[in-house]
Amino acid sequence: MEAQKYVWDGAIPLQIHLHESQVTTLPPPPPALILAPRIGYLPLLASLLKPYFSSTLPPGVDTIWYIPTGVLFDLLCAEPERPWNLTVHFRGYPGTVLIPCEGEDSVKWSYINSLKEAAYIMNGNCKNVMNMSQSDQLELWHSVMNGNLETYQRVSSKLKLATVEDEHTSLCSSKSQQGFGETDLAGQVKTGRVPVRLYVWSVSEDFDDLEDMPKVDSWEKISYINRPVEIHKEDKCFTLHDALKILVPEFFSNDLMNVKSAGVDFEDALRIPSEDVSSDKVVEDHVQNAYEHREACSISSSAEIKLIRIQGIEPKLEIPFSWVVNNLMNPDYFLHICVCVKVPQQNST
Amino acid sequence: MMDLLHWDGTLSAKDFRIGAVAFAQKWESLNFAFPPWVWVPCPKHPWLASPEEEGYLSMEKICISRLNEEDIDQTTQIDTDEEEASCSGNKDVIDDATLVQRNHHELHYYDFHIVYSNTFRVPVLYLRAYCSDGQPLQLDEIEKELPTCSSKELSKSKWTFITQEEHPHLKRPWYKLHPCGTGEWMKLLFLNDTAQPKFEVVLELYLLSWFSVVGQVVGLRIPFKMLNDR
Repeated sequence: MEAQKYVWDGAIPLQIHLHESQVTTLPPPPPALILAPRIGYLPLLASLLKPYFSSTLPPGVDTIWYIPTGVLFDLLCAEPERPWNLTVHFRGYPGTVLIPCEGEDSVKWSYINSLKEAAYIMNGNCKNVMNMSQSDQLELWHSVMNGNLETYQRVSSKLKLATVEDEHTSLCSSKSQQGFGETDLAGQVKTGRVPVRLYVWSVSEDFDDLEDMPKVDSWEKISYINRPVEIHKEDKCFTLHDALKILVPEFFSNDLMNVKSAGVDFEDALRIPSEDVSSDKVVEDHVQNAYEHREACSISSSAEIKLIRIQGIEPKLEIPFSWVVNNLMNPDYFLHICVCVKVPQQNST
Repeated sequence: MMDLLHWDGTLSAKDFRIGAVAFAQKWESLNFAFPPWVWVPCPKHPWLASPEEEGYLSMEKICISRLNEEDIDQTTQIDTDEEEASCSGNKDVIDDATLVQRNHHELHYYDFHIVYSNTFRVPVLYLRAYCSDGQPLQLDEIEKELPTCSSKELSKSKWTFITQEEHPHLKRPWYKLHPCGTGEWMKLLFLNDTAQPKFEVVLELYLLSWFSVVGQVVGLRIPFKMLNDR
């Protein structure tokens, strides 16, 4: 799983500026240069920043601290700037708006809760995470903090979190890897759910150059979608494109609207054990429709996807979704996807 | 025909909307002491029409009065058993018309939202509290106002029982009651019902039953009359 190693080694050069209102010395301290791991979280850098900025209070990071650093970078820097300039406030950040970060503990528990959520999505319960021994939990968290992939893989494999199977995985995976998903009455594994977090921001014009894209200046402008994607195990051709069509069908051709609304009923149909074969046929028809529309243009009259970024890369939409998930997911077992969408100019109300 | 035995206690997003409407109607029709639950539609993207209406239930500016240990000692002869009994849901909820303003506390207000979780496929209770001047209350202050069994639970599992998170729709910090396990106990609630209702009935009663348990955590207790009225 070489790709995973690349993901874990990925880092973003940061140039941290002290906000002018916080400067108490003359001359003001020079910006600090730090390499921040993609899969880590900004508040964890606080201890590294302290020697640079010897303010009396511990730093607060004026951004969404519970989102992995790499995701923030992919979102907030349309044209990746290197280093990424960040301004840090040391005191008085708006507590009523941002969730206060109480240091490393906050980040750790945010990570564990995400992991629980991912476990629930994949296995149907969070028992394996809840039953982790204290030492395992600590070891796992430290492996994330320190970017230690080997330790992470060793400890996380104990969790037996069912991951998505793809051709590569099934060829070289160990026997302990379980298939995932719900079984139907015949005991066949039919479907599974994949943890996904989608971050969408919109622009109103086409831009030739990413540099010209307006920067996202406020978290409020980002649509955050925390929704699992259901995969049918037999569907070996389920692509990233297919996954996105399920998550944000409104960005795809209008024809797909019908498939999507059928998809909602499909959920209901799945919960009820079907005694008659016809409902299975209905399910197959829905999947078939998805195939037919796969070739359809992804431009709709209302919104158009301009950019999709995962771990800082722009993957081709034809890539099998299972590969994307297995190789590009974060240590919390979530796949974080950043999407930029062009929408027609809105009249202000 | 829905088979309760095979049901996992969870709801689809569509079913949640149906259940939410039913719950709000029931709540209002029983002329309850609290204000009605309001459905707040929430488009997925503010700048784009969504084919599916997403939203949540909201009940806000609730002033809650509780007897805490201090008050019991100072003002009343109430048995300490009452605190335990209050957790088992046998007491009627306190009517806000009989709200008592304690000398050493100013009034605290609570907002409650019932939001659907795509991950756990169940409703989740979000809450926030504030003073009359709008100043938000922190968890330790809220904790003082929770029923004893809740604050005990809170001290045991600080980071996993009630967590501060971003509200899924409002992008502000709210407190949320962790939904892990909800599906399981919801299933048990209905399995214990000897009437073995059809799924349509289950759906109508789902949120009411769910709230009868979850509301207790934050001290909102539904009178038995309401629960038995099927």
